[in-house]
Amino acid sequence: MITRVVTVQNPEGLHMRPADKLVRTATNFQCQIELERAGQIADCRSMIGLLTLGAPQGTELTLRAQGPDAPMAIEAISRLFDSQFDDP
Amino acid sequence: MLELQGIAVSPGVAIGKAIVFDREGYSIARCLVSRPEAQREWQRLVEAVSKAHEVLGARGKETTDSWGANLGGIFSAQQQLLLDPHVRSEMEHLIRDNLYAAEYAVSEVFAKYAAAFRKASSSFLAERAADVRDVERTLLEALTGKPTQTFAEIPPGSIVVSHDLTPGETASFDTEKVLALCTEAGGPGGHTAIVARGMEIPAVVGVGNFLHNIRSGDELIIDGHLGRIFVSPDAPTRERYLKRRIARESIVSELSELKDLPAVTSDGVHVELMANVEFPNETQACLARGADGVGLYRTEFLYLGHDKEPTEEDHFLAYQQVLRDMQGRPVVIRTLDLGADKMGMTRPVEPENNPFLGLRSIRLSLRNPALFRVQVRAILRAASAGNCRIMFPMVTTLDEFRSAKFLLRSVADDLTCEGIRIPSTLRVGMMVEVPAAVLMLDRFIEEIDFVSIGTNDLTQYTLAVDRSNVSVADLYQACDPAVLRLIKRTQEITSEHGKSTSVCGEMSNNPAHALLLVGMGIRSLSLAPSTIPVIKKAIRSVTLGQCEAMAWRALRLGTAREVEAFLMNQLAGLVPEIVLQA
Repeated sequence: MITRVVTVQNPEGLHMRPADKLVRTATNFQCQIELERAGQIADCRSMIGLLTLGAPQGTELTLRAQGPDAPMAIEAISRLFDSQFDDP
Repeated sequence: MLELQGIAVSPGVAIGKAIVFDREGYSIARCLVSRPEAQREWQRLVEAVSKAHEVLGARGKETTDSWGANLGGIFSAQQQLLLDPHVRSEMEHLIRDNLYAAEYAVSEVFAKYAAAFRKASSSFLAERAADVRDVERTLLEALTGKPTQTFAEIPPGSIVVSHDLTPGETASFDTEKVLALCTEAGGPGGHTAIVARGMEIPAVVGVGNFLHNIRSGDELIIDGHLGRIFVSPDAPTRERYLKRRIARESIVSELSELKDLPAVTSDGVHVELMANVEFPNETQACLARGADGVGLYRTEFLYLGHDKEPTEEDHFLAYQQVLRDMQGRPVVIRTLDLGADKMGMTRPVEPENNPFLGLRSIRLSLRNPALFRVQVRAILRAASAGNCRIMFPMVTTLDEFRSAKFLLRSVADDLTCEGIRIPSTLRVGMMVEVPAAVLMLDRFIEEIDFVSIGTNDLTQYTLAVDRSNVSVADLYQACDPAVLRLIKRTQEITSEHGKSTSVCGEMSNNPAHALLLVGMGIRSLSLAPSTIPVIKKAIRSVTLGQCEAMAWRALRLGTAREVEAFLMNQLAGLVPEIVLQA
């Protein structure tokens, strides 16, 4: 299991388009990937789960991955958060 | 044939085709499949999901081409909602294990998430509910291969079957096409009941879970007298109800001959019969039934079923029409009587745990003077078009009545300055529907011109029963002795001071209750236009002495059940024709 803390930097929070990119990225990996916000856990392949986190800008989330390609998954997803999901 | 029992809330018999609506107001063909069909049903859903995925993809491309990737990206996100693994596994479970039809599974799962999003505290999530609904609709269309029907697209001869109906939904019905209403939830005093009576169509509510037993297109019989529903009735049942419908039509035509006769007891005591109306066009039904006036003009329709707050002109035109149509007969206009939970534009800051005890009715109006002034201005401007009275609902304390009257005066002063004449005969009254107002009525009485007892809310607040809650709806009894005592006290105080008391709740619609009220000294009833003839018939069949004896006895009984049984027995003896009709 690999864990990393990521921060939502988008002004509008983890809304539809970023969540969409997150799901698309997560589906490329075989490992289990999840995000936790204050005890609430969302599967990164579930759009509804991610939206239900309701994470506004500035929220710190715990990213966790378990499986053979977990290190690559953590890297790829952290990059998405750091680049603000390339959201306009 | 399947027979179900619910709560009869609007009389009449209807025979027609079911049209089943899901919780979000889309029609669904049927709810359950057999076990061998489940695999095929799941396959059908899987295919529909990939078709819907293509549709959303095409919409996204189109939108990106015309509006840019920023907007087009929404559809890509909607595709993710469609493919969400949780949504998928829940739908699979409902189809394979619970044998839900694909459409039913889709609507249950998506409605659940849409509701969860709507309830979320963040406005960001609440807005996503609309996306969930979009995806649901796209998927349903992919399943059925045709656009989904909504309430506005009901075929003629339909009986609307649904879990529950909101006032806005019922207001959007085409009355030419809907024969009857039938819901799983709801109680005798709920809005579906009131609207059905206003539309003069039979309705049965509080049936409990039964949607899975009905599919759209099934033949249905709704018995609005006994609260029975027959799904795919057999030939003898159908024959019996066809005969009853014909018999009823002949009684109705017999009663309509009473139209121009007054409602007087056989020993000459006159009872004023007024009508409750919801929509301006109901004045025609009032006049056709020989109503003495409008005893309760509910103004909520102006606020419901519309996206925008009504303008002063919207109010004014509706009030003016009703006042003019009633040609000098009294019209009692009740100001806004809604909970904040029902109003799109003035939502309370905090969600209300207990809306019936919350910010509603006169409280909401006093809290939003801008909204209230618009309505009061329109009423005062329209007042000279007829015999206008204004009434404030749910008044609990004298302070509330004074504040409302203060606002009324200040609006009247403004209008006078603008050169608009306000009739000096305009009378200002209040609804009595909170026990506190009854207990304090001797203090109110000097400051009010008239009272109208709203028995629905008075019953609800006296017995602490939410009338729309299926689990306790049976405890809601307008004839409870506690409610009768409050009505009696109200009548005594107003008559001591020479002021009038009218009863405008559902009680007035029941012949036995109406005679009881007359026996208690009430001389003005306001009821659904359609029940005026039968109540008139009842009053013309009895003497005041008989009513008073009935009241004397009823007020000495200990339980609602005893009162109800006693009254039914009395009615059967005094006016047997009416009892037979039911």
